[in-house]
Amino acid sequence: MDSYAPEELLASVIARLLDGARHAAVGASSPIPAAGCFLRKNLDPRFRISLQQRRESNPFTEGSRELFDLAGQGRIDVFFLGGAQIDGAGAINLVRAEGKRFPGSFGSAYMYGVVPRTILFREEHSRRTLVPKVEFVSARGTPAALLTGKALFLWQKDVRRFRLESVHPGSSLEEVRDHTGFEFDAPARVPQTASPDAAQIALLRGAVRRAVTENYPDFGRRVWPAA
Amino acid sequence: MSGLSFFRNPDEIAVQIPDGALLALPPDYSLVAMEVVRALIRRKARNLRLLGVPILGLSADLLIGAGCVAEVETSAVSLGEAGLAPRFTDAVEKKSLLVKDATCPAIHCALQAAEKGVPFMPLAGIGASDLVKERKDWKVQGDVVLVPAIRPDVALFHARWADDAGNVWVGRRRELATAAHAAKTSLVSFEEQRKGDMLDDELLAPGVISSIYVSGLAHAPRGAWPLGMPGLYGADDVHVSQYAKAARTREGFLKYLDEWILTPRKSSSPA
Repeated sequence: MDSYAPEELLASVIARLLDGARHAAVGASSPIPAAGCFLRKNLDPRFRISLQQRRESNPFTEGSRELFDLAGQGRIDVFFLGGAQIDGAGAINLVRAEGKRFPGSFGSAYMYGVVPRTILFREEHSRRTLVPKVEFVSARGTPAALLTGKALFLWQKDVRRFRLESVHPGSSLEEVRDHTGFEFDAPARVPQTASPDAAQIALLRGAVRRAVTENYPDFGRRVWPAA
Repeated sequence: MSGLSFFRNPDEIAVQIPDGALLALPPDYSLVAMEVVRALIRRKARNLRLLGVPILGLSADLLIGAGCVAEVETSAVSLGEAGLAPRFTDAVEKKSLLVKDATCPAIHCALQAAEKGVPFMPLAGIGASDLVKERKDWKVQGDVVLVPAIRPDVALFHARWADDAGNVWVGRRRELATAAHAAKTSLVSFEEQRKGDMLDDELLAPGVISSIYVSGLAHAPRGAWPLGMPGLYGADDVHVSQYAKAARTREGFLKYLDEWILTPRKSSSPA
């Protein structure tokens, strides 16, 4: 099997979570969600990605409010949100925790409420980031999934709890339990997250790398240094 | 301020922004008048109240670190890929800066209310956020939140062109138009001067902010540096990340100020 970077695995999981979506928007500082979207675009040409902070060829001609206007009308299917803290009820905190100040809520307070499919993403999987209850609710809503550097959780609407869907290669249910501050459900045998196949890896290192690096140069150079 | 003046340089623009002004600034990706921001630091501006349209970045971090700012209203302050805005973070954690936390569409609504001359604008979808509890000036009414109009004293930004008539061209960065419409006046630095009137040109006119909103202009080539001017020059990401590292400490920040802002740059010095 081909070897791949952890970021490439996460991008391939995001591309899978985008199945059936027509239009995803990506906000600030989200190179991995952007990579997942560009990968999806290469698998499904009808899929549309709107990168809010795209440096060249920015999709918005009415300024940054157009993203929110599109979302309010239901023209965006998927949005990505992260957080300094994410809790087991799906709330996120981008403002302050444990005496520390974070950048702020951005558009999360609104996007979480109006976009039908919110994917929560946070690479760091620790009890510091995945907490029982956030200290400040920047935004609350109904997530579709929570993807971290260790695992993928899906949201169970009926019981309003996360369920562990898969653990990434190299991790385990025990490790995920040890590093998660909130309670979640899990099947008796937890599957391993599917690896990107050779075709996906080739796309990630070609078209996806170029599109991501234009907008996230540091990230691009770090993940694909030889390219 | 009334009428329109072409000033000789960004420092003369900075003098037009009084201490205590409510100053609307764009995010790092949207044509920031960095040379005027540096001039504000040189002129030791004090007690500015910054409004992020709808977020803030390097310009705010510099002004905060240099002691020019009493208060910010914004949806975030971030240096993007370079990480947290270190002087903002430090000032908030030390409680020396007042922050009115918002969310992007609320700030857009507040400016749209001001440009229409109405007292507030309704916004749906944000009811579950603690921001609504914290912001006593936002009124919940059923499923919507009524966000009061914000009328900045000055909108400050950088334009690709200014023409002889005092119109400025910002292309697709239309949040700058909303900010300019909402503000009492706009002060603009620009890359190049164009002859004539851009409103006579069908292709340029849609990217123009009319001179009716503008009271002061100054030529500032590469005036957005180290941020970018799309189509002309990109952001200097290396410089921004060097800043982010240097500004982690107060000492590093002061050294940066001394080297890049308070001392005339080697490249522009006559010697």
